[in-house]
Amino acid sequence: MIHIVDYGMCNVGSIRNMLKRVGVAAVVSPDAEDLRRAERIILPGVGSFDAGMENLEQRGFVEVLDERVRGAGVPVLGICLGMQLLTRSSEEGRRAGLGWLAADTVRFDFSALDSRPRVPHMGWNTIDPRREHELFAGLEAPPRFYFVHSYHVVCEDPTDVLATCRHGYEFTCVVGRSNVFGTQFHPEKSHRFGLRLLENFSRVSVQASAHPEQA
Amino acid sequence: MRARVIPCLLLDGAGLVKTRKFRDPVYLGDPINIIRIFNDKEVDEVALLDIRATREGREPDLDLLGRVASECFMPLAYGGGVRSTETVRAVLKIGCEKVIINSQAAEDPSFLSRSAEVVGCQSIVASIDVKRTLLGRYHVWTHGGRRRLRVDPVEYAQQLVERGAGEILLNSIDRDGTMRGYDLDLVRSVVTAVDVPVVACGGAAGLADLRRATREAGAAACGVGSFFVFHGCHRAVLIHVPSADALHRALSGDDDA
Repeated sequence: MIHIVDYGMCNVGSIRNMLKRVGVAAVVSPDAEDLRRAERIILPGVGSFDAGMENLEQRGFVEVLDERVRGAGVPVLGICLGMQLLTRSSEEGRRAGLGWLAADTVRFDFSALDSRPRVPHMGWNTIDPRREHELFAGLEAPPRFYFVHSYHVVCEDPTDVLATCRHGYEFTCVVGRSNVFGTQFHPEKSHRFGLRLLENFSRVSVQASAHPEQA
Repeated sequence: MRARVIPCLLLDGAGLVKTRKFRDPVYLGDPINIIRIFNDKEVDEVALLDIRATREGREPDLDLLGRVASECFMPLAYGGGVRSTETVRAVLKIGCEKVIINSQAAEDPSFLSRSAEVVGCQSIVASIDVKRTLLGRYHVWTHGGRRRLRVDPVEYAQQLVERGAGEILLNSIDRDGTMRGYDLDLVRSVVTAVDVPVVACGGAAGLADLRRATREAGAAACGVGSFFVFHGCHRAVLIHVPSADALHRALSGDDDA
């Protein structure tokens, strides 16, 4: 069973329906208490970093999420803003993030380039997996996903980068460290590529010994 | 990356319809069922336009929109009856990626810029409906082709982009539902005048039309109606989409398909 955190930042219907389509049981949780027994968690999100953290805090999600993800080692997948919230901080806001990854969120900065690609990066783009990973099992090449974002994640440890994408320059679009995963794109808006990735997340193995950073 | 293909679905009450020259709606089916078919066909995006909301002075049906967005495994753009920045916000929050604005941009010149300030240009699509006169001049019409604006589409498109439109949905009223091909002159003239993506709409009958709109006229995307929803000379309702391979061949310029 996957719990989808509903903290008022976006419509989570398409994530729920996509999981249903691949036969994965999922429940939408507007209530933090629901998560106490969660075995797998999806943290979606559209909107600004501070509003996201504020909503998580106000609804009591932060403590429960910490307990499940850091304490119990439950796999979590952050999507879009949800991925950025896994990091320690963002240039978009002043609040601290969940800090489960040794990473920070920065704005696209094209000052060193001759060209000025559009921000936000919006539309379909192909991704480049950096290593073999269960999340990418069975994805047709080249994997193609839908993006909408102005900020992206920068990892301290390059081994946390599972895939990159190019918009002006290479940026990290999939992260993974032990049980903590994130995608900058929207799998729930990316047809069969997203279906496969969400299905893969529903099966991703739990590494009980390796819990995320106590950043 | 190849040009996008976007079914443009017209909402009339609780059902989807297809019009001809913005008139004579033919019932196609239930929006949820049709969205599910387009999920299977893996189209790049879907545009949903409520063709009665503005005429009836009604707000978007957010409940229906939320249900459609939840079924949509691809990005969704919505237009119809969007007249305030609160509604723009609500449409995105309910699960759409973009908001399509037409009549209100003409009624209130500051509306596009205020909307773009709230949610960003990338989520604001300005839609322009164009009719050609017998003498071959183009005019912009609003309110579902019921009110004429005294402005040329090229000039109007430039104004809308200046005000914050991140994309232009360019609709030919004369070609709508006729399957006579896109108005390539119109598409080309707008594409060369603005630096945002232009979605050509109105008239597509086959892959050759998509190819011409993108490769000859420079459209960034093709809006498609009748081509994907009618079958045969009797226009039987049947949702059909060319295979991903066929679209790729037609749109990416790999061969002369």
